[in-house]
Amino acid sequence: MSVLGELVRRKLALFGLVVITVVVGAALLSPWITPYPPDQQMFDGLTLEGAPLPPSAQFWLGTDLLGRDLLSRLIEGARTSLVIGVVANGAAVFIGTLVGVTAGFFGGWIGTILMRATDLMMAFPALLLAIVLAALFTPSLWIVALVIAMVNWVQVARVIYTETRSLSERDFIEAEWGIGAGRGRILVRHMIPHLVSIMVVWGTLGIATTVLLEATLSYLGVGVQPPTPSWGNIIFENQTYFTSAPWLVFFPGIAIILLALSFNLVGDALRDILDPTQKGRH
Amino acid sequence: MAAYIARRLLQAVLILIGVSFVTFVLLYLVPADPARQIAGRSATAETVANIRAQLGLDQPFYVQYGRYFMNMIQGDLGRSYLQKTEVAALIAARLPATLQLMAGALFFELLLGLTTGILAALKRGTAIDNALMVGSFIGVSAPQFVVGILLLYVFAVQLGWFPIGGYGTLAHLVLPAITLGILGAGWYSRMMRSSMLDVLRQDYIRTARAKGLDRARVVVRHALPNAILPVIAMIGIDIGLFMSGIVVVESVFGWPGIGQLAWQAIQRVDIPIIMGVTLVSAVAIVLGNLLADLIAPFIDPRIKLR
Repeated sequence: MSVLGELVRRKLALFGLVVITVVVGAALLSPWITPYPPDQQMFDGLTLEGAPLPPSAQFWLGTDLLGRDLLSRLIEGARTSLVIGVVANGAAVFIGTLVGVTAGFFGGWIGTILMRATDLMMAFPALLLAIVLAALFTPSLWIVALVIAMVNWVQVARVIYTETRSLSERDFIEAEWGIGAGRGRILVRHMIPHLVSIMVVWGTLGIATTVLLEATLSYLGVGVQPPTPSWGNIIFENQTYFTSAPWLVFFPGIAIILLALSFNLVGDALRDILDPTQKGRH
Repeated sequence: MAAYIARRLLQAVLILIGVSFVTFVLLYLVPADPARQIAGRSATAETVANIRAQLGLDQPFYVQYGRYFMNMIQGDLGRSYLQKTEVAALIAARLPATLQLMAGALFFELLLGLTTGILAALKRGTAIDNALMVGSFIGVSAPQFVVGILLLYVFAVQLGWFPIGGYGTLAHLVLPAITLGILGAGWYSRMMRSSMLDVLRQDYIRTARAKGLDRARVVVRHALPNAILPVIAMIGIDIGLFMSGIVVVESVFGWPGIGQLAWQAIQRVDIPIIMGVTLVSAVAIVLGNLLADLIAPFIDPRIKLR
């Protein structure tokens, strides 16, 4: 059965796939489906006292402290989360794979240096490092993506390294050496195909981590900068109102949790399906 | 054993020196200028240059790092740019609050994670198992600032059971500890379940059942001790998660620990404090990993220290 077919058969993974599809769809179609322009401060978007409006028929999820439609900002913010999720995590998986394969397959002094560098990175508190970097550079969408990639490649590198090492000792690789296959051929024809499933699993699980990290950086005010909406900075902007207007924290918070949860569910199911050693453990 | 510990401690020292070097380079490269920050926006270029010279920031990189390194190995982490206090003293003053928060979080995550993990394993495949595992997934997918703010809203603002922020009594500790621990609770729950299932499949469990012991006794006396140890051994690794979490949790709850200290320093480009907290965190993470590796062979004699 195909991987997608297996995924759809699992209820939790299917739930995750549906949520991801909806969020991706909303992000792609955002110019056409947002009820109001996300940056427009509506004349009737605040109470007479200037407080945000609760959810109503006119503003489905209420308005924020500047009288902007929250639903429109959430839909627009989905773009930010997804762009950073895909770009930052794609870069992290790429760097991690490059480092892991280089160290695991070629070894030598370059491999030693790379793995010591990985050990070094493991000793950093990841979030603190990301906050320091994001705060001290002028934050922009790309800096945030870059910072997240710099922090997140380490895990991937370790997993790929371990797998590459254990693959190198398997009989079929030994046999390839025996029949005189070149390094390049072994790497491209035999190693990489075995690593793809790990890359897919980490590519999916990693997006969950990335979405959370982006939200956290933006919540602290060092991530994506207003007026570009991100689910994290919507909470950051509105948190002073959270006692009187809890929906301004609740809806973006739920959006972040649902998206991260979905990528975790799909990633976990993919690991089950793609990694035969995990069979029967669940 | 002694040789192993000695080698690992040496490695730890090397890693810490590496961390100090990398952090120093990063902070040296960032565009933010501490001298400008201290002098204020309206200061003249001359004032800024004077401050830069006072702090030694006009020196070449290797001189700056060399001086920091020589002080660091003597336990001197320098002085805060803005508060003029010794960084080591600032961290020492804040550390008890952070340790209290971490202890509370550890207690909560073990309590929730282990009980739900054991329950899920014993009820494998049932609705209870499914619900608990979905719960554990939500736990690892919820950003700490959202959990913190929602807990504050429900239990402090609406119900008034706990104070809204601050530090001191046990009541102050509950919400921040839950917030910091919820991520770990999710992980522990999944690890505990999988460890318990592994153990329940073992021959000695089948033997115990076959000789007529009742299920409850087999679970409590035979399965549990074997299943729980490998999970407990992960505590050392938790320290890394905590060290990342404290910055956010302490800022949401106004908890006066080193996370808040770091966050304030980051905003003010107070580089010696940022360096100091990063180093202290790295020490904790490295020691935590070492601890986890040292415990492992006691729990599973098949593991050999290399």
